[in-house]
Amino acid sequence: MEAAASSQRLFLSSDCLTANGSMNQTAAQRWRHCFAVLTALATLILVGIGGLVTSHGVGMAVPDWPTSYGYNMFALPISTWLTGGIFHEHTHRVVATIVGTLVVALMRWLGGNASRRPLIIIGMAEILAGLGLLAIGPDWKGAGHFLSGIGGVVLLAGIVWVKNQTAEGKLPTLGWWAFWLVQLQGLLGGLRVVLDAHIVADVRLGTAFGIVHGCLGQAFLVLVAIIALMTSGWWHRFVQNDFKPATGANELPQSTLLRRWFLFATVLISAQLLIGATMRHQHAGLAIPDFPLAYGALWPDMSTEAIAKYNLQRVEITEAHPITAFQIALQMVHRIVALLIAAAVIVCWRKTSAGTPLRRVSALWVGLILVQVSLGAWTIWSNKAADVATAHVVVGALSLVTGAYGCLISFRRLTGNRFATAADSASKTVLADRISV
Amino acid sequence: MSLKKSLFALAGIAALTQFATAGNVTGKITLKGAPPAEREITPLIEDAGCGKLVPAGEKPKTKFFVVGPNNELADVVVTLKGDNLKGKSTGASAPPIVLDQKACEYVPQILAAQTGQTILVKNSDPVMHNVHTTPASPGNKEENRGQAAGAPDLKFVIPAQENFLRFKCDVHPWMFAWVTAVDHPYFAVSGKDGTFTIKDVPPGKYKIEAMHRRAALVPNSRPAEYKGVEKEIEVTADGAVVDFTIEVK
Repeated sequence: MEAAASSQRLFLSSDCLTANGSMNQTAAQRWRHCFAVLTALATLILVGIGGLVTSHGVGMAVPDWPTSYGYNMFALPISTWLTGGIFHEHTHRVVATIVGTLVVALMRWLGGNASRRPLIIIGMAEILAGLGLLAIGPDWKGAGHFLSGIGGVVLLAGIVWVKNQTAEGKLPTLGWWAFWLVQLQGLLGGLRVVLDAHIVADVRLGTAFGIVHGCLGQAFLVLVAIIALMTSGWWHRFVQNDFKPATGANELPQSTLLRRWFLFATVLISAQLLIGATMRHQHAGLAIPDFPLAYGALWPDMSTEAIAKYNLQRVEITEAHPITAFQIALQMVHRIVALLIAAAVIVCWRKTSAGTPLRRVSALWVGLILVQVSLGAWTIWSNKAADVATAHVVVGALSLVTGAYGCLISFRRLTGNRFATAADSASKTVLADRISV
Repeated sequence: MSLKKSLFALAGIAALTQFATAGNVTGKITLKGAPPAEREITPLIEDAGCGKLVPAGEKPKTKFFVVGPNNELADVVVTLKGDNLKGKSTGASAPPIVLDQKACEYVPQILAAQTGQTILVKNSDPVMHNVHTTPASPGNKEENRGQAAGAPDLKFVIPAQENFLRFKCDVHPWMFAWVTAVDHPYFAVSGKDGTFTIKDVPPGKYKIEAMHRRAALVPNSRPAEYKGVEKEIEVTADGAVVDFTIEVK
């Protein structure tokens, strides 16, 4: 209940949906926040569709890029689009293009009028670089089309004549980070397709790029979600009026400890996502078919004979690679790290005080982690049903975003004397955070 | 008779002599132990395009262990081995073998070909497939080609020896076929009754290996390696008979 209420108060009551708490923001700032929320939601949807692509094992259902079966991406016949795994892979590409365009527009919005010139220069440079790659040879065709295409969007964003103000604080910098990351992410997604069969140092590039693409997608979601938070009126007041970064001298030891707990749990979740992405991109199905035990034991037998027996007895439908001892060990580590994350997040929740923002964030976090653990178990019990495994990816991404929010808030908290000086704020009751005191 | 004609005649006689003295290697594969239960391919049944290709009342299942009533084991690749056989592939001139895509499954799922032999991949379905080969041998090149409904057959050639080279369809990710490429013509795949026949084997002593894709897998190998059950045989003009038992623990 508390987690659900936290979710509603922290995320759904966003300034773009209600005027609640937006007294310090202009209408333009509210619209900008709405746009950032829209971009973050689109990115979450994109992460979900990407999860479906991997869960269904259809990453190569469209073997060319950025074209789809030789067609311009937006001209692929509907009948082909709706065929089997092409639907997931092509939809992922189309939504990725939409997200890319949203991020370029968001960057232009955050960067203000001052970003026009750099955007024009970058756009032109990307178009020229893309055309250059096309001229080099057919191997560079995909990257060439991608660069010149995205360069066109960037150029357009730079040409748009709107004299808007540059966003406050670090928002323009974060916007530029998102701008570059979304392009890198798109390029990685494309290279995962066109370089799939290449092997470097015994590593299949399709697998390597797939793992990096999956993890970077999550990191990118966190970045866009942070931009959405930092463009909100809530954050504006949080930083400007009520709380300021604590100085070392005034900082209470308990809050320092709490920050470390939030950071620790978030880092653990990041590591867990890396492990999860590695497991998924091995395309070997379930390395361990039972839960909570593993092959009927607390710790599975990983001898050569045992691996031979496991492979003989497993009947996978869509993911045909045999499993190895490494993959079994990886899933055991995934299970152990899940326990550590659950414990760390519960500690975060217990160390916060009732009625504070961090309490609400951590309550939501506990709820998400419980759902995530359940989805992890269900993934195994359902023999890795694609929709369940994808829900596991999406809730994992939301857990990471929530952890990042918790870190952001806990690292910006004011404690001790500085808190007292902010006591006259109208919204201090809502924002007061007496964590661990 | 010119020298050229004489040489041709001699070569012809030699070939005829070989066929005259060559024998067939026959045998039967039996499974020992209980294989895992096959599973329904639910994504196929649930797929909008493929589901309606399945005859009413049928539920396609995996075919990992195709076992007869008396434990006869199908889909076992039986190959002669020996240094004297290396490089004797006649694949370039051999008739093509056919791999069909029917009701969104590969038919057959296990097959063997000579190196250099053409593999014709047909699409008998009214839906699009893509044919994606994922070889492990560095001598074989990975390919991924789309094949729309009604499109011409696709031609694939496997230049280097490889066991169970995987063909897959990424559009329908449950579709797999495995082709073993051998650099001589002396191999066979066991049928539903577990029997196999390797035809016209020149007399001599050989090693013979029977490999089932699941049972022959070398644990922890990646890319997957296979080691089957190996025996020694002597082939005479009357051929040879050799049976295998493949064990599932």
